[in-house]
Amino acid sequence: MGPETLEAKQKAAIEEILKAYPEKAAKNREKHLGVGTPNDENQKTCGDVRSNKKTVPGVMSQRGCAYAGSKGVVWGPIKDMIHISHGPIGCGQYSRAGRRNYYIGVTGVDTFVTMNFCSDFQENNIVFGGDKKLGKCVDEIEVLFPLNNGITVQSECPIGLIGDDINAVAKTKAAEIGKTIVPVNCEGFRGVSQSLGHHIANDAVRDYIFDGDLSHIDISDVTPTEYDVAIIGDYNIGGDTWSSRILLEEMGLRVVAQWSGDATMKEMALTPKVKLNLLHCYRSMNYISRHMEKEFGIPWIEYNFFGPSQTIKSLRKIAAFFDESIQAKCEEVIAKYQPMIDAVIAKYKPRLEGKQVMLFVGGLRPRHVIGAYEDLGMEVIGTGYEFAHDDDYKRTKEEIFRSTVIYDDVNEYELEAFVKKLQPDLVASGIKEKYVFQKMGLPYRQMHSWDYSGPYHGYDGFAIFAQDMDLAINSPVWAHSKAPWEKEG
Amino acid sequence: MAGAASLRQIAFYGKGGIGKSTTSQNTLAAMSHYFDKNIMIVGCDPKADSTRLILHEKAQDTILSLAAEMGTIEDVEMEQARLWGKGLFDKETPGGWINCTESGGPEPGVGCAGRGVITAINFLEEEGAYDEEGLDFVSYDVLGDVVCGGFAMPIREGKAQEIYIVMSGEMMAMYAANNISKGILKYANTGGVRLAGLICNARMTDKEYDLALELAQRIGTQLIHFVPRNNIVQHAELRRMTVVEYSPYSDQAREYKELARKIVYNDMKIIPTPISMDDLEDLLLAFGLEDEVDESQVGKAAEA
Repeated sequence: MGPETLEAKQKAAIEEILKAYPEKAAKNREKHLGVGTPNDENQKTCGDVRSNKKTVPGVMSQRGCAYAGSKGVVWGPIKDMIHISHGPIGCGQYSRAGRRNYYIGVTGVDTFVTMNFCSDFQENNIVFGGDKKLGKCVDEIEVLFPLNNGITVQSECPIGLIGDDINAVAKTKAAEIGKTIVPVNCEGFRGVSQSLGHHIANDAVRDYIFDGDLSHIDISDVTPTEYDVAIIGDYNIGGDTWSSRILLEEMGLRVVAQWSGDATMKEMALTPKVKLNLLHCYRSMNYISRHMEKEFGIPWIEYNFFGPSQTIKSLRKIAAFFDESIQAKCEEVIAKYQPMIDAVIAKYKPRLEGKQVMLFVGGLRPRHVIGAYEDLGMEVIGTGYEFAHDDDYKRTKEEIFRSTVIYDDVNEYELEAFVKKLQPDLVASGIKEKYVFQKMGLPYRQMHSWDYSGPYHGYDGFAIFAQDMDLAINSPVWAHSKAPWEKEG
Repeated sequence: MAGAASLRQIAFYGKGGIGKSTTSQNTLAAMSHYFDKNIMIVGCDPKADSTRLILHEKAQDTILSLAAEMGTIEDVEMEQARLWGKGLFDKETPGGWINCTESGGPEPGVGCAGRGVITAINFLEEEGAYDEEGLDFVSYDVLGDVVCGGFAMPIREGKAQEIYIVMSGEMMAMYAANNISKGILKYANTGGVRLAGLICNARMTDKEYDLALELAQRIGTQLIHFVPRNNIVQHAELRRMTVVEYSPYSDQAREYKELARKIVYNDMKIIPTPISMDDLEDLLLAFGLEDEVDESQVGKAAEA
């Protein structure tokens, strides 16, 4: 089937899917669905889809909330701080440790990422306010976990409703204990998705890390060098940042900070002195990157460490920013790993060639992993983001190689219908969708936390990625997905 | 924190129905007209009546009603939510200007008006309303006494630093004034908000001036002005105007001018010392507004 007929088939699928909606919902959803074509200058965003709008009520969206964006994504992985889920217990408990942000340290002593700290609001706290309880939480934390380097207060919905002044509590208690306390007004009902939570969290970093009093964090032992860089927007899911930083270090750069997977406050405090910020997840941390550019004059570039083609391109792009010694070492790194990559591709490409994939993920993966699949001879035929903005869809246009179905904030009905119509060989999305497709007898990979696997970044990550995709698609289990009485003969 | 360093943020609090919106608009009109001050009004009351006399309108579109209409607060544009004053208060006319915003809020009995105030103020900050060139004053007009954290939003750190309580010589108005002082006290130590004075909007009750003065002293503040009752205020209001604009040479306009002058040059801003309920009752007793209770009669029905 040529690209022309593919595009027609894709457009027909969208039309068909919209027919199930009442008129008003169809009009809304129509704007979020499209067919992206790589070289069409007329398309403002990939497939001309609209994004970052309120979800249609009544559909099952896969989006999260502002609290998820702040606590779960930006702040949560910072390992030497304690993040209080301020409000009733549910938000804290259900967001605990699910994202697999790996870190080094002794949990409960000097690092705290997988623990759940919650102020556990009761009826009384709603009626009389919870400021005093928050103060008490800080006191208890100081007694039980004295090696923490700071505290963040992640507001759950009720805090915003009763109007507690967590900013004032944070200020008073911070002065009392002599450490940073960051109030984050990331109530879940703010904004249309977790995206606003990222923005609010970035602003809090600006106000309390960069502009705050960090006198309790000693950074005098680190002397800046010409080759200092920071990794921004890598959350070390399954060890992603580690398999990324070794490449940068091998080419002679010094990675001063990781934002925010396996991060410490000290690393964050050191970041304003780096020479270059390397931005992986654009959506969740472009705000703070832009701020550092404006305030400290640090340039930032986006890079992509999924799959060897993009990794090599990105390594060269990063090296080009530095002198010839770095550029030479960059080529050495690329040459060093080439045999390994050749072996991975030789093993898996024959098993995966021509297989088609449909993606639906969060911040950067709907476009960043396309290259990794292509390195394995696979093709992404549909992709979409939970909470992207226009600029993400503009960037997606550069990644697709032929007409691709684009679905923004796709809901469970639409995704299922698209999969049935387009018949991919693999669906790669989140945990909520996983079992729907596996029960349909379709290979599936959970691409939020790598399905208990990973890392997927860098060369080492690619080897695991390739193996995981092979495991999913070529598992013998799929031969048994039909009931005996439904089989022919 | 939003706004220029010279920006003064003030708030009018007081019991419902005391005449806050009328008093504040007339006073702000005088500050703008006679003292060339540029002002933004932030109405924080679901009734949305804090700007009508400046705009010559029934009620402007509120920030929250626009958000409800558009779907989310992020979709609201500043030009829709902020209107420039009419007549004397336009940007083009001589003297200061006034621009007007109303938070709005839900119908009585549903939703959360307090959160509405927070949402609206956040919106104005993010859209740069506080950074308007030449802005001298931001004035918040806040519903009732402090009923939940949301209505205390305007007195948090970085917001209103001077609070004026509108009250009268009536028992409940004084009770509310004392209560609001408690709210200010809570935020005074963490944020820096101060009580800047009581404004007595006279009801012409017995010994009203003396009583208001006494309460002001007990709380530790000043009775910044005693605004006498005058029907001209209502006449102006029927035309949706302030007295300053309706009848600039009237006695009442002069009263508002005097109050405006006192606010512009006010240097008495204190942390209040609210009094107990018992002390408040004693105060009313001392002024003969309440009779001494005969404990032997408490709980007995009237004799047939």
